[in-house]
Parts: sequence; structure tokens; C-alpha cells
Amino acid sequence: MIKALKTVGRYIQLMGRTFARPERMRMFFHQYLNEIGQLGVNSIGIVLLISFFIGAVITIQIKLNIESPFMPRWTVGYVTREIMLLEFSSSIMCLILAGKVGSNIASELGSMRVTQQIDALEIMGINSANYLILPKIFAMVTTIPFLVTFSIFAGVIGAFAACWFGGIMSAVDLEYGLQYMFVEWFIWGGIIKSLFFAFIISSVSAFFGYTVEGGSIEVGKASTDSVVCSSVLILFADLILTKLLMG
Amino acid sequence: MIELKGLWKSFEGKDVLKDINTTFENGKTNLIIGQSGSGKTVLMKCIVGLLTPERGELLYDNRNFLAMGKKEKKALRREMGMIFQSAALFDSMTVLDNVMFPLNMFSNDTLRDRTRRALFCLDRVNLSNAKDKFPGEISGGMQKRVAIARAIALNPQYLFCDEPNSGLDPKTSLVIDELVRDITHEYNMTTLINTHDMNSVMGIGEKIIYIYDGHKEWEGSKDDIFTSSNQKLNDFIFASDLFRKVKEVEVQNIEG
Repeated sequence: MIKALKTVGRYIQLMGRTFARPERMRMFFHQYLNEIGQLGVNSIGIVLLISFFIGAVITIQIKLNIESPFMPRWTVGYVTREIMLLEFSSSIMCLILAGKVGSNIASELGSMRVTQQIDALEIMGINSANYLILPKIFAMVTTIPFLVTFSIFAGVIGAFAACWFGGIMSAVDLEYGLQYMFVEWFIWGGIIKSLFFAFIISSVSAFFGYTVEGGSIEVGKASTDSVVCSSVLILFADLILTKLLMG
Repeated sequence: MIELKGLWKSFEGKDVLKDINTTFENGKTNLIIGQSGSGKTVLMKCIVGLLTPERGELLYDNRNFLAMGKKEKKALRREMGMIFQSAALFDSMTVLDNVMFPLNMFSNDTLRDRTRRALFCLDRVNLSNAKDKFPGEISGGMQKRVAIARAIALNPQYLFCDEPNSGLDPKTSLVIDELVRDITHEYNMTTLINTHDMNSVMGIGEKIIYIYDGHKEWEGSKDDIFTSSNQKLNDFIFASDLFRKVKEVEVQNIEG
């Protein structure tokens, strides 16, 4: 318990150092753009791929499992849309990104720590936490709404693909269901949730990577710990945010 | 000039540095030597501010580093350059970008001037032809030279080298040693080198302090080493047959 509290304290201290005015705005924007490319743009492929297939699979599963003469035909499209908007494209997608992006951040910073690159920044009089971590947090928070939006679209296209190529149901019925009783707030709710998740992924992974002590084994452990911890925190935050935003 | 007055550092109750008093002089290559685990890396880290000593004073040209506020420390750090054991170059940047990094961060010069300065520093370490390569594409010796170029980019007053010859062959070590010595004299810097490479000790040790079990056991110059009667120092320096023979010849020369 004391160890956990100490860890939280060190995390807060690190965030205190991170959220400072950058030394050089020019360098900050340069890093920020790099991180957008590395953490955001490089994740688009996996987001589209996973969302497309999950959208298609959800449509097939719903169709197969709730098929009944008493069930309206638009139900499949309606349920697919609600799952994609409310949980998959925000929460589950962020859990997946915690694995991809989180381990990337933790191992990058961990390697920098063990090869003394972070010490080199400190010796130069640079706030290394601010220089290395802040652009990552900003990049994740600014790109996540786009990733969520892409995920929703890819999921819907996947659902249509299941109809067109799988022939499991009429695309017209699916389209009707997708549009049925549409609540715009669900999109905004998903995006708002994802902003919190993006902060959790980037800051928690950065904390584990930045505070590594030792060698390559510790870097690997930090990478794993960052994914586990980010995932648990995302699930916990999802519970609270869903209650606050939708409850 | 860097002065250490009664410096103490401990970890979990165990004293690692005990009452270190010494002066590192301007325009000289000052060497900290000692066996592995003797505390010389901790001493270097205390001096550059990566660790904070429990007691003592650390004076940079009469400015007490340990009593400084964050802002003053930050300003002083810009007068420091450091070469790490692992070179600590930024993997994602080219050689030129690595050297330009401190300039981009702190200099208000134009891009052209910053590039010119970085190229000058690379030229100084004979690496102009490697400017577009990444650290992973060059040898360990070249990485150390890039680290030297990066360390001198902002014209530092103080240069720190943590085992700069670690992992290098004897010929490359010699090149690095000579480069550090020449740069020290050229820019009149206070240079501290943490090493247990005896070739460095014999070659560039203008002032040497020997750390043994956390305290300063001996200090002097490379010439004083041959006539020193300190048993611990002799056991450390002249541990090999080769260096014992070198000592015999040197002593004969001095006596003759």
C-alpha cells in the first residue's frame, strides 16, 4: 500500500515537472509534430484494420444471435452502431492503443534512461521530463479524437462489408438501423472519454519508462507494467466517465 | 576551477563518499581514478549535479553549486559539457543534429550560424564526413568524438568525461585522450575525466586524484605517481607487469 502511494506521489511529481513552460517553443513544436506522426499517424492503420473487422464481426454475431420473427430488422444496425459508438471506438480502441503506443513510449524512454540520454539532457540544463513527455501527451490527446472518428467509420464500413460480401442481411436494413434513434451526444461522449484515456496512456507509460533503473530487463518490465497499469486505469476511468457522461 | 570541500554522500546509510577535499584546476586535464566501486562515478555525478551530496561545498569558480536556486543551477549547467561512458547520443537524430541540439535549445543565433558552429565542432573532431549518419551507423570511437563535439558546441567552461575510453581499442583511446587534452588547452576549460585506463593516466594526467573506498587517498600529477610511496596507489597503478617495468625505467631515468 505504501509502495503504491509512493508510486502515485512520484507520478504526480513527474507530471509537475512535465507540465512546465517548454524551454524553446520551436523545439517543442518540432517534437510535438514528430510525436503526432509516431504515436498518432502510425496508429491509423491498426485502428482502421481492427475497427473494420470488429464492425463486420459484431454485425454477423448480432444477426446470428438475435434473429427472430419478433425482432425488427433494423436491430442489427442499431446495436452495431451503439456498440461501436459507446464502447468499442473509444474504450476498447484505447485499450488496444495502450498496448501499441504505451509500450512504445515506455520502451523508448526506458532505453533513453539506461543509455544515459536523459542524464545528458539534464546535464545540459534541460527539463528532460518537459522536453520528452509533454509533446507525447499533447500529441496523444490531439490525435485521439481523429482515431476514434476513424474507428467509428471503419466499423460502419466493416458492418456494410459484412452485408455486401457476406450476404447475411440487407444493407438497406443495416443502414436504417444505423440511423435509427441516433443520439449525437454518444459521439461526443466517446471522444471526451478518449481524451482522458489518451492522457492515461501517454502519461502512465511515460512514467514507467522515465523512471526505469537498471538495464534491458527492467526496460522490458517497465513496458509490460505500463500496458497493464494503463489498461486497468482506462477500465476504471471508463466506469466513472460512462456514469458521469451517460448516466 | 572547481573546488570540493568536505563532500559526503551516502546511500541507505552507507557512506560512499567520505570528506572529499580537492581542487580541479583551470586549463588542465584533471583525472579521477580508482577501482570499480570506489566511488568515482558517484563523485562525478555529485559534481555535475545528478546526485546531491549530504554535506560539503561544491564551488564552481567560487560559486557554491549546492546553495544555488533552480534558475542559477540551470544557468551554470549551460557552462558544462559532458561526455558519457555510453556517449549518450540521441538515437533518433543524425550526427549533425546531435551536435546542433544544445545550440537549437539555447542559442539565439540564426539557423545558418548554428549549423556553421556545429560543422566547426564536427570538423574539430575530424567527423565532418559523418554528419548525415545516425549514431547507430558509426563506430564507438566515432560516437565518442560526436559526444565531444556536442559537449563543446556551446563553448563550455567545464568539461566532464565519464570513462571516455570505455570499450575502445588502445589506438582509438589515444585519439580520444589527445582530443580531450587539446580541447582543454585550446579553450582553457576545467576538464574532469573519470577513468581507470592507465594509458590515460600516464598520457594526459596533469592532475590526478585517487579515490579509495570513498575517500581521497592520493593526489598529484602523472610524474608524481612514479615516485609516490603510497602503497594503495602503487598496488592500483602498477598492478600489471608492464606498468611495473615502466615504473622501473621511469625511476631509473629520474634517479639517473
